[in-house]
Amino acid sequence: MTEPLIRHYGPRAYADHPPFSYPDYRSTVKRSPGHDLIRIVQTLSETTGPGPAWAEISAEDTDLTTNTGTGRAAIGERIIVTGRVLDEEGRGVPDTVLELWQPNASGRYAHWRETEFPAPLDPNFVGVGQCLTDADGGYRFTTIKPGPYPWGNHPKAWRPSHIHFSILGPSLGMRLVTQMYFPGDPLLALDPIFNSAPPHARDRLLATYDHEVTEENWALGYRWDIVLRGELATPLDEGDH
Amino acid sequence: MSGRLGQTPSQTVGPFFTLRLYREGENVLVAPGQEHERIVIEGRVVDGDGTHIEDALLEIWQAGRSGRYHHPDDIRDLELDDGFTGFGRVISDFDTGEYRFETVKPGRVPDVEGAFQAPHISLVVQGRGMLNPVYTRIYFSDEEEANRDDLILRAVPAERRRTLIAELTDDGHAKVYRFDVRFQGDDETVFFDF
Repeated sequence: MTEPLIRHYGPRAYADHPPFSYPDYRSTVKRSPGHDLIRIVQTLSETTGPGPAWAEISAEDTDLTTNTGTGRAAIGERIIVTGRVLDEEGRGVPDTVLELWQPNASGRYAHWRETEFPAPLDPNFVGVGQCLTDADGGYRFTTIKPGPYPWGNHPKAWRPSHIHFSILGPSLGMRLVTQMYFPGDPLLALDPIFNSAPPHARDRLLATYDHEVTEENWALGYRWDIVLRGELATPLDEGDH
Repeated sequence: MSGRLGQTPSQTVGPFFTLRLYREGENVLVAPGQEHERIVIEGRVVDGDGTHIEDALLEIWQAGRSGRYHHPDDIRDLELDDGFTGFGRVISDFDTGEYRFETVKPGRVPDVEGAFQAPHISLVVQGRGMLNPVYTRIYFSDEEEANRDDLILRAVPAERRRTLIAELTDDGHAKVYRFDVRFQGDDETVFFDF
């Protein structure tokens, strides 16, 4: 019988990710593992993942300024967000599903759980989109720059403007949900979620303003690349089977 | 390793991810023609205080009935049911922390030592208050012999293995397996690093 291809992925870089428990973000304390994780070998169950299968049944929905079905455009600062999904070797990750969600220009999510913050909803903005990465791992969305909003973590807690990104990826270990922030936001220094990332890795969460991406008389451009776990350049020597 | 790019840090899904990351029906993996082999996996997600987590995102990834994954790396000459992706997701219930998947029992997948693993489903859990995903596996209580020989289960201390085994609770209309996810405490679910 034909053998499956078992790739060899590098480790999850724990030093580049937030800790599980980060008391400045209060909810993490009781929602984090108490025991150490148990290290296991990567089998086909770990080296495969849902990205390709899910991509086959997913459609593009990449303009959040016009995708509510009302026929009207959302209010706010129109922006283009583009970049590439890469592995650690810098290779593009093609054909995977990238989903995003965000509040509107006022910082209001179109979600029933938002009951505290009396900012206006925009009937022409829902704040969700998805795309499939192209052959080079590239993606591109048009949206509205999200506003900051308050949350209950501590007094005068305000989240800096951010867009949530979810990437399924071709292997289970590449699963990533993260947030993209905007450069120069004074709230970044005060935000425990942004600062849960280790200092050396925080810049990786920041988009950069890109004048090349900006379109005349239409939208400002931001660029943000996302780096997922990649295959090891040199496969581990597993010895005899 | 020099020259490698740094991984983008994980961030929480927050409380509003259901805008995009769950759509009705995504917890049903059963494809046309598989209905007679439908199984249910259900359980509750609880935090370190034993309080239900009202907004966990649970994602499963599994092989089909033949043991083959719907994935370009799995080129084995095994049947793959049309319409079966092997991927599903759901949110835990706001009032109870309960979740439910409808799927089929996966076949056995090879391990890396020339043997086959016990039937299992990979589970990834995220949520508000979680800065990283946690990975675990769902095994089946009616696969005792296969579980005993399973490479991954053998890597888990014997006293914690039961946290990975879904209990068959009802053999009536469909097989119902119960699998709770617990953060912290004596019965904490085993979470994996790979």
